[in-house]
Amino acid sequence: MSPELLSLLWDSFIETLVMVGLSGGIATLIGIPLGLLLAVTAPGHILARPAFNKILGLVVNAVRSTPFIILMVAIIPFTRLITGTSIGTAAAVVPLAIAAIPFVGRLVEGALREVDGGLIEAAQAMGATPMQIITKVLVPESLPGILNGLTIMLVSLIGFSAMAGAVGGGGLGDLGIRYGYQRFMPEVMGMVVLVLIVFVQLVQSCGDWLSRRLNHR
Amino acid sequence: MENLQTAPMIALNAIAKRYPGPSRDSAAVEALSNIDLTIAEGEIFGIIGKSGAGKSTLIRCINLLERPSAGQVIVAGRDLTALSDAELRAARREIGMIFQHFNLLANRTVFANVALPLELAGIPRAEIAARVDPLLELVGLAAQRDRYPSQLSGGQKQRVGIARALASRPKVLLCDEATSALDPETTRSILALLRDINQRLKLTIVVITHEMQVIKDLCDRVAVLDHGRIVESGRVFEVFTAPTQPMTKTLIADVIGHELPEGLLERLAQPHLQKGGQVVRLFFTGASADAPLMSALTRQFGLDVNILHGQIDEIQGEPFGSLLVLLEGDVANRQGALTWLDQQGIRTEVVNVA
Repeated sequence: MSPELLSLLWDSFIETLVMVGLSGGIATLIGIPLGLLLAVTAPGHILARPAFNKILGLVVNAVRSTPFIILMVAIIPFTRLITGTSIGTAAAVVPLAIAAIPFVGRLVEGALREVDGGLIEAAQAMGATPMQIITKVLVPESLPGILNGLTIMLVSLIGFSAMAGAVGGGGLGDLGIRYGYQRFMPEVMGMVVLVLIVFVQLVQSCGDWLSRRLNHR
Repeated sequence: MENLQTAPMIALNAIAKRYPGPSRDSAAVEALSNIDLTIAEGEIFGIIGKSGAGKSTLIRCINLLERPSAGQVIVAGRDLTALSDAELRAARREIGMIFQHFNLLANRTVFANVALPLELAGIPRAEIAARVDPLLELVGLAAQRDRYPSQLSGGQKQRVGIARALASRPKVLLCDEATSALDPETTRSILALLRDINQRLKLTIVVITHEMQVIKDLCDRVAVLDHGRIVESGRVFEVFTAPTQPMTKTLIADVIGHELPEGLLERLAQPHLQKGGQVVRLFFTGASADAPLMSALTRQFGLDVNILHGQIDEIQGEPFGSLLVLLEGDVANRQGALTWLDQQGIRTEVVNVA
């Protein structure tokens, strides 16, 4: 493989890294509170608000059921509002984050539901406020599960980011399509797939390791 | 009722708890009805019943984890049902609770678990350490300070639970089936610890359990709960030696082994019954336990006394025994013997052999 192609591969990798890193970071920051809200406002939970919970759940489901490629195109006006442009790596970050937020929300909600109701009851018996139950019991006890969810989200984002080529976002997937497929360079396609496999493997291993370290169950 | 001379620590007045029925049209489920209980300061009070009797609901009414549908819950002179959320949280700090499945935070060390109620109360870090370490010492877990719950045995986990419940220096300790998940030996050591804490800290302890053994080993007074109602209550010794309700008798039979297998009883007694005899169970308490009664029955009433089964036990340091005997003789003498035994303060119960 020529040095030019290698440099192209490196640039694409960095683009993927930026897209996944930024959108993953945003999705984490918004998705965790969203998951908390979904969990604690559920009927029978510490801040039960059944009607609100139902509506929030519907919104989350609506975003999750929209295919990413359609979501990306559909929210172009919003993307332009935020980044000032509708093409390029930065423009790809917005739809990626929007798609990942409800995904993280559901994964975090699931992790929080795993926390034994007895722990919440014990905290209530100690005189804990709902906020204290969230910060001292729910989040610390479900942290390994939340981390597993974030790992799943990052791996999914790596896959989604391959579609970012559609808005000129670049990245490894885009490189594979343009060079490997359209210019019929199987060695480029092979390299792209190989790098993606190693990248995903690395993310998964780091996530697993961290989750295991934090889990004392 | 001599325990009630001091001011009551807990008073439940006409507590009822109803849950909505399974469907909209079905009747509400009455989990508790008309519960009146008074528990004195420093007392160990047991509530026993089979599963589904409403024990868990009842103990959760004491710290309002379950809000009763009717009635008052008064702890340390305050009506908890009348408090605001914030006041209730403050009041709960004076009521410790331990659980059947311990409910420890898996991702906190032993120390951090015990420190949790103090963190929640906003106590400064330095003071927390000063309060937690002596507690770990008290429950015998100083060496396990930095371990995680998953590294502990069941008994050790419950000790952490106890230390955690004591951290906020409560006046009352609620024990929700605290030993039901433990083996008999560990149960004994946990009960010994609870008794020790009761003595040392003058703590009022409320225990719910389905095991009569726990009541027998630990409690001063007991209430028997059946289908959401208190059917019998009193000092443990009295309830054990003179139960009046069938439910109580069933529960006690497991601990006080005065039951002879029915087939065996029949085989032993049947040949004699035709010749004019009856099987009688005699209950001995206190001083009567060591009088030479059997020979008196023979001499004074000319009866043949055949001892079928006997056992003796101790409840709160008082001896208590029962004898299953076959009395042979004519009817008048047997009647006379039973009357005489009654005068001696021996409770008797004629057993029907099928």
